[in-house]
Amino acid sequence: MENYETYEYDVLIIGAGGAGLRAVIAAREAGCSVGVVCKSLLGKAHTVMAEGGVAAALNNMTSPDGQKEGDSWKVHFTDTMKGGGFLNNWRTVEIFAKEAPERVLELEQYGAVFDRTPLGDIAQRPFGGHKYRRLNHVGDRTGLELIRTLQDKAVGVGMNVHMEVTLCRLLKDGDRVVGAFGYYRETGKFVVFRAKAVVLATGGWGRMYKFTSNSWEGTGDGLQMAYEAGADLMDMEMIQFHPTGMAWPPGMRGILVTEGVRGEGGILLNNKNERFMFNPEYTPALYKGQFAETPEEGDRWLTDKKNNRRPPELLTRDVVARAIYREVEAGRGTEHKAVELTVSHRGEDYIKRKLPSMYEQFHALGDVDITKQPMEVYPTIHYTMGGVWAEPETCSTTVPGLFAAGEVAAGLHGANRLGGNSLSDIIVFGRRAGAGAAAYAKQATAGAIDPAQIESEIEILMSPLETKGGENPYKIHQELQEIMQTNAMIARTEKGLQEALAKILELQGRAKHMSVPGDREFNPGWHAARDLRFMLRTSEVIVLCAIERKESRGAQWRLDYAEKDDAFWGKRNLIASLQGDAVRITQRPLPEMPEELKQVVEEYK
Amino acid sequence: MEKITLRVFRGDNVSGGLVDYPVETFPGMVVLDAIHQIQAEQDSTLACRWNCKAAKCGSCSAEVDGKPALMCKTRVDQYPTGTIAVGPMRAFPHIKDLITDVSWNYRMSAKIPPLTPRPENEGKPFKLQQADVDRVQEFRKCIECFLCQDVCHVLREHDRKDAFFGPRQMVRIAALEMHPMDSLNRREQLKGEAGVGMCNITKCCTEVCPEHIHITDNAIIPLKERVADDYYDPIRGLLTKIGIIKRDTKAPLSSVPNDLTKIIVHEPRPVK
Ligand SMILES: Cc1cc2nc3c(=O)[nH]c(=O)nc-3n(C[C@H](O)[C@H](O)[C@H](O)COP(=O)(O)OP(=O)(O)OC[C@H]3O[C@@H](n4cnc5c(N)ncnc54)[C@H](O)[C@@H]3O)c2cc1C
Ligand code: SF4
Ligand code: SF4
Ligand code: FES
Repeated sequence: MENYETYEYDVLIIGAGGAGLRAVIAAREAGCSVGVVCKSLLGKAHTVMAEGGVAAALNNMTSPDGQKEGDSWKVHFTDTMKGGGFLNNWRTVEIFAKEAPERVLELEQYGAVFDRTPLGDIAQRPFGGHKYRRLNHVGDRTGLELIRTLQDKAVGVGMNVHMEVTLCRLLKDGDRVVGAFGYYRETGKFVVFRAKAVVLATGGWGRMYKFTSNSWEGTGDGLQMAYEAGADLMDMEMIQFHPTGMAWPPGMRGILVTEGVRGEGGILLNNKNERFMFNPEYTPALYKGQFAETPEEGDRWLTDKKNNRRPPELLTRDVVARAIYREVEAGRGTEHKAVELTVSHRGEDYIKRKLPSMYEQFHALGDVDITKQPMEVYPTIHYTMGGVWAEPETCSTTVPGLFAAGEVAAGLHGANRLGGNSLSDIIVFGRRAGAGAAAYAKQATAGAIDPAQIESEIEILMSPLETKGGENPYKIHQELQEIMQTNAMIARTEKGLQEALAKILELQGRAKHMSVPGDREFNPGWHAARDLRFMLRTSEVIVLCAIERKESRGAQWRLDYAEKDDAFWGKRNLIASLQGDAVRITQRPLPEMPEELKQVVEEYK
Repeated sequence: MEKITLRVFRGDNVSGGLVDYPVETFPGMVVLDAIHQIQAEQDSTLACRWNCKAAKCGSCSAEVDGKPALMCKTRVDQYPTGTIAVGPMRAFPHIKDLITDVSWNYRMSAKIPPLTPRPENEGKPFKLQQADVDRVQEFRKCIECFLCQDVCHVLREHDRKDAFFGPRQMVRIAALEMHPMDSLNRREQLKGEAGVGMCNITKCCTEVCPEHIHITDNAIIPLKERVADDYYDPIRGLLTKIGIIKRDTKAPLSSVPNDLTKIIVHEPRPVK
């Protein structure tokens, strides 16, 4: 067997997005040695792409009468629970809503430079499902500000950064996770990390769909590593379709148009030039009476937020995505099967100042001047609410020694995430996971590395290079994307999902015999083959959970079970775990919300 | 659908050359799409970096027809001849195909201490006007694509990576130096190891910056002036001495220990 390097740390952090980097800082502050691993270069994780803002109830914004809007953690708590169809873990949401403001202010101390209000505070913008202006932002590049700030700070507190390393397996000593194994992308050489505690911060998985805002990294490796190590996964059917992905030109399909466009007054139109979101059928019962009922009121809200209700374009993402889907299905879409989003009425100066990267993105890539012309948009895969079950206080998972935070973890967002809640998620729980792992590491000894586990992973890794005449991973990936896009997208049925499942199982069989040309040195085909196996497994779990949940809630929209079933499904999360080689899906009752939080919801909903 | 030819540099740090690939275009196609098409349909060993495909992450830097550019922001329809040459950035050690070793940039960045607020502002929300942060925000748009580093002749032709951190890091230091809340005096580092004096204001870096940061005019020249004020202006020195100009009250920079943070990208590289 070939030699491989071994690195030892108190805490190993897998992932250098916002969650991973915030965990680094926390673990270092607790006095631990820290290694962080990422698949791309430092600072290029999904976090960098986030645009709209980071949600935290700082209550900085004032109404025209000079009064503060009145935001508080309680309102943020209620909005998040409501947006998530009450499938969220109440304690996770409580911690989140209470700690987010502190974490955002801390970013400012670390060097983040947010947009300002006239009073000199951090400026906040409105977003779907947030009752008040709550998204702290920097134009439309908030994620860049966040990741660069954390990157610079983390570099300053000291860590070892292993860039362009893909980890493929968590190593276990008995029940406990004691390290991880993977390869350097550059050389293909294998590498082992030995650690007293491991934080998983590997982000989401959207690459199994055709139209996606995710990069090549979003293949769900972290999720699958945890799952194979025995961790419980939760809410896997809940995948967010962002209502506004670019729909034209074809090369740009799926790329995100920030919700900030609607937050800054952007409106949605069908091919009859109607603001279709005003169709009362599209507003769910939970939000009735809380949104403007005429376009005129919606327009007035832009300048007077106190005396007018917000336009229905700012309903939650699941709702808007469904409405767009229905408009297009009913033949009211554009020639490219999309709807129009326009913000040109806000004026060139305003748009260029508040949405500079959107302006640039459409101008350079789409030949569209958004200060004058509409954009064509259609839902795109964006975010995964489900993931590894994590305990709210320390982010520990069901596997000892393994902690999870950020998009890879489940519990905070329930059935649908509100925009802006992810960037605050990753700083709140990134910190908690780093601290939790550090505390665990301090009372633990380093475990033993089992060469047999490494060897079985090497076998999987090497197989496509050694197999001749096997399947092309790109081809299988394309077929997977096709079936997930048509059968496991916004509108789901038992029949469609069963078809998808059958196809996935077929593809899993074919994926056992893949071959790729070339050697191990920076070989994208070889990398794609390993990623594909992770994606196929993840897709299987998504589809199984979507079949199991026989109701419509949040992102899960079943045409054959169109109603929300509060009495039964409203009280249950779906848990997926590995039993031998098979997926086991179980229902787990939601933890009961304490009386005082129920009252908070009553008061603010 | 039209056909174009992508002429891609293939090879590693030992040998290599240009290889032609026919590519079918579609409306709005960018160079990165063409590379992806080649990977999926013709040669999956072709190596390149990318992440966002929306000019937000700075991963896909390359030289397109000899010009440093983001592949995801470069439309193929702007090349009327139908042949587009794509190669790696040349200022950094080559690894394979379109991939270079850019880790040096991260190592230099690690030498720059992050924002260090003045004690009186520590732990309290900042009060800042938009006008006070406009300039700093321009610098913070940087996506670390390192195209400016690639084009800067100090690094590219003269390979003075030992003496100059390069325009990207000048932008980073400028953002800190001009941050109203920072308490460190960064000029010593600027003049010393960061080597602001190495820049002779050719403005090539500004021209290639995909974020349109005015690197030379807004970052480097003001930094040069600040350093000059401190070190070389005799009148200023005199006025400071007799107390007419207030001495800078910022704390001298405590430099970051060298191996506090290590950037590891598999070293030593295997010899061929
Ligand atoms: C286009 C876009 C716009 C968005 N806009 C917003 C917004 O405005 N507001 C908001 O709140 N949220 C937004 N989001 C969501 C938000 O950006 C992400 O959910 C969040 O950044 C996830 O952070 P993370 O730290 O959990 O993971 P990521 O940032 O995805 O980082 C994952 C890290 O794990 C590493 N990794 C993964 N697998 C492996 C492996 N096998 N081995 C080693 N390392 C691995 C990756 O290299 C990466 O470093 C947006 C997302 C996208 C894609
Ligand atoms: S202006 Fe200075 S930093 Fe920029 S390219 Fe020229 S020499 Fe390099
Ligand atoms: S300053 Fe501009 S060119 Fe240089 S790294 Fe930053 S974004 Fe790229
Ligand atoms: S892929 Fe992100 S800048 Fe090109």
